[in-house]
Amino acid sequence: MWHLMLFLLFGAAQDQPVAKAAASSCVQCHLELDGELQEPAKLSTQDIHFQRGLSCNNCHGGDPTVGIDKGSAEDSMSRAKGYIGRPDRKKIAALCASCHSNPDSMRRYNPQARVDQYAEYLTSVHGRKYRAGDTNVATCTDCHGAHGVRPVKNPNSPVYATNVAATCGCCHADAKKMASYGIPTNQMDLYVTSVHGVALIKNRDLAAPTCNSCHGNHGAAPPGVDSVANVCGQCHAMQWDMFKKSPHQKAFAEGNLPACVTCHEHHDIKKTSDDMLGTEQSTICATCHDKDSKGYAAAAAMKAGIVGLKRDLETAGELLHKAETAGMEVSRPIYDLTEGKDRLVLARVNVHYFDPVALRKVLDEGEKIARTSQQSGSKALGELAFRRKGLAVSVVILLVMIALLLLKIRQISRKAG
Amino acid sequence: MIPSQSDASTTRRSVLNYLLGTSTVATLAAILYPVIRFMVPPRVVESSASSVVAAKVNEIKPNDGKIFKFGSKPGILVQTATGEYRAFSAICTHLDCTVQFRSDEKLIWCACHNGRYDLTGKNISGPPPRPLEEFKVNVRGDEIIVSRG
Amino acid sequence: MSARIPSWADWLEERLGWRAAQRLIEHKEVPQHRHSIWYYFGGMTLFLFAVQVCTGILLLLYYRPSAETAFESVQFIMTEVQFGWLVRSIHSWSANLMIAAAFVHMFSALFLRAFRRPRELTWVSGALLLFLSLAFGFSGYLLPWNKLAFFATKVGTDIAGVVPFIGPFLLRFLRGGDEVTGATLTRFFGFHVAILPATATILLATHLYLVQKHGMSVPPSVDPNKVPKVKFVPDFLLHDLVGWLAAVAILAALAALFPWELGEKADPFSPAPAGIRPEWYFVFMFQTLKYIPSKILGMDGEVLGILFFGLLGLLLVLTPFVSKERADKRWNVLPVVGVIVLVYILTLSALAYLRG
Repeated sequence: MWHLMLFLLFGAAQDQPVAKAAASSCVQCHLELDGELQEPAKLSTQDIHFQRGLSCNNCHGGDPTVGIDKGSAEDSMSRAKGYIGRPDRKKIAALCASCHSNPDSMRRYNPQARVDQYAEYLTSVHGRKYRAGDTNVATCTDCHGAHGVRPVKNPNSPVYATNVAATCGCCHADAKKMASYGIPTNQMDLYVTSVHGVALIKNRDLAAPTCNSCHGNHGAAPPGVDSVANVCGQCHAMQWDMFKKSPHQKAFAEGNLPACVTCHEHHDIKKTSDDMLGTEQSTICATCHDKDSKGYAAAAAMKAGIVGLKRDLETAGELLHKAETAGMEVSRPIYDLTEGKDRLVLARVNVHYFDPVALRKVLDEGEKIARTSQQSGSKALGELAFRRKGLAVSVVILLVMIALLLLKIRQISRKAG
Repeated sequence: MIPSQSDASTTRRSVLNYLLGTSTVATLAAILYPVIRFMVPPRVVESSASSVVAAKVNEIKPNDGKIFKFGSKPGILVQTATGEYRAFSAICTHLDCTVQFRSDEKLIWCACHNGRYDLTGKNISGPPPRPLEEFKVNVRGDEIIVSRG
Repeated sequence: MSARIPSWADWLEERLGWRAAQRLIEHKEVPQHRHSIWYYFGGMTLFLFAVQVCTGILLLLYYRPSAETAFESVQFIMTEVQFGWLVRSIHSWSANLMIAAAFVHMFSALFLRAFRRPRELTWVSGALLLFLSLAFGFSGYLLPWNKLAFFATKVGTDIAGVVPFIGPFLLRFLRGGDEVTGATLTRFFGFHVAILPATATILLATHLYLVQKHGMSVPPSVDPNKVPKVKFVPDFLLHDLVGWLAAVAILAALAALFPWELGEKADPFSPAPAGIRPEWYFVFMFQTLKYIPSKILGMDGEVLGILFFGLLGLLLVLTPFVSKERADKRWNVLPVVGVIVLVYILTLSALAYLRG
């Protein structure tokens, strides 16, 4: 086996003639063909290897300098010159690794490139099965493409962040392909409608996770029950911190329940809402906590607190909006109210302590702000009413003036008449 | 002399004239007072919706930041290590919480979900999907004026 | 004998010759008859116009006519400037009262046939002033740049664009472009504070001069030679003053009890709020256009509606020349048409508010 590797290492990377992509006889000839034989040549213009000066022979062997002006196709595709034709599927990973795991050869083209992908791959579920001889599983070319390989940063690459789910889904969403492995095939469908899927694929928010963010790229394997929360906790650090200090940490560990995933799911993570919390049948808390349990009471208390704060903030906001559209100056109370809304957001994060007493503190801060804002709103609207009284004074003066004028008119007309 | 009807009516007329004169003055005053007050410039001379005095120059040191009120929304003013002033909207682009300055990390942090922005307002870590909206900063005397671009 | 020190009155007379005006005013008389009460409405319209000019000039000290600053400047007036809310509310309410008074004045002159020879030009200048006041109202309504005003202007200028031949040109001329934008706001501001006031000054001067020259008209049923008259100064003027003071009191009460809203800043990209409607003095036309079928005899219903109102406006201006009263007939066309128009306006307006 390692003889083959050595041969490929030296043969493929170093001793073969290097020819520019355009001058490569392989590309030139194959462009004249059609169908399956023409495709790779057409894709060569987009391929990163060709752009770096490599050509077909660096993987397939052969001599790209002959075959057009001098020599024939046989001279080019000659076994003597290392031509291997279509690589054996079982050998593709090693073939790619012959360069991509070699720091010296990678340094020539991209000093920053990692060289541990093959080693990682061999630890993955795909890699282990591949080594055992299963040709169904994914290998390098299944995800990166064989011809027309684009850099990962290129949005058209099948492994660009927004395309990863569809690439994995090529196999993992195909019931026929997955039939012999006994794993579900609905993950992609669940993911694309999840909050992460929508954020990444629809809204192009590259901070959102996709398959490889939780499962790994080359070392792809499902995270374990006891470690999946560490993955979520990388981004959702505050909630993970709070959870670890909460009573659920011990309870979940004892029940062998994965943290985060048990309540939030893994592939179809939906946008959180206050409806998840509470004691109704539809809530998540109710799936474990019975009516008389401490957890039930805690859930009820937390839900009531959050809903109450939300309602009070909304009332204050409406009042202030009413005053503002009437033309009263309420920019300071509106500004202060934003802090109240911050408290509500923070409260929802603090739910992960699963401690109504701790939550109360945050809720009370928010309630105080809501109360002050409501008072400011009422005061502003009261000021509107106060002006009516102020105007009454002026109207009285005017009415007095009118009455006196009428008397004057009567006097003048009496004098005349 | 016997007081005649015309004497009484003369008195009535002069009383009426007196009252009329006084109430005319009162009416004119009631109209002119608001007009004069209106024309005198108010305490705040310009609407705070488009530009505000965020802080005085000696209120912020290098590598420090301050939240200020911009209209009815919060803004954050920072001074970088090199002494440059920058101002941004303090509304986090994730879920609208108010961000704050972290002097230990020398960056802008959102307490709600641990989002972080660098001192150019760019979102560098955590859930925020976009950078903070940047405002224009000018120094006039010892006042730092922030205005919408 | 020492030379008499001239009084200030003599001093001014020598330079201005103002005593001629004083004599004219002293000679002015107002007929007293059953319909004399309608004489007050011309002066009331003038007074309310003066209120508009004064409050408008005050608002000009703080208002900023650009899309980015207009709303904020009105908000500033209402919240920061002392009594700003009062000046602004009075300006908005007085606009409506002035237009109402103008309509009453016009209808009274119509039914009392004040336009008869030699007062035809008084009528024509008055009709044009009425249209001008509607233009003042339409252009001023946009200036706060809030959502309601933005969409009312959009709908109103859309309708102007439907007029045959000149419609598209008219629309672009009014809007300062194809859409309602900041350019429209600045343009309307120019109309509202410069072009319309200049035109109004000329027409008003003409109208008032003609009224003084020809004196007050009396209804056909009254004999101008036998009708009792009162002096304008001081009798009628004092009555006028009572009315004007009452108007000021009403305006103050309206400003305090029904303050004019600020609303929300206009956003050209957000959808129109439900129940968009122009100001009440355009509502009857707007409601008519809603009821007109889309096609009448193969022609566009909306265009016909607008042309119809245009024709009505033209007839209004030309009333002195198209109406002939005949003493021998039992009834005359004009009062009937006038009543029909008045009832129509009231009914359609009521329908708009009840249905909308």
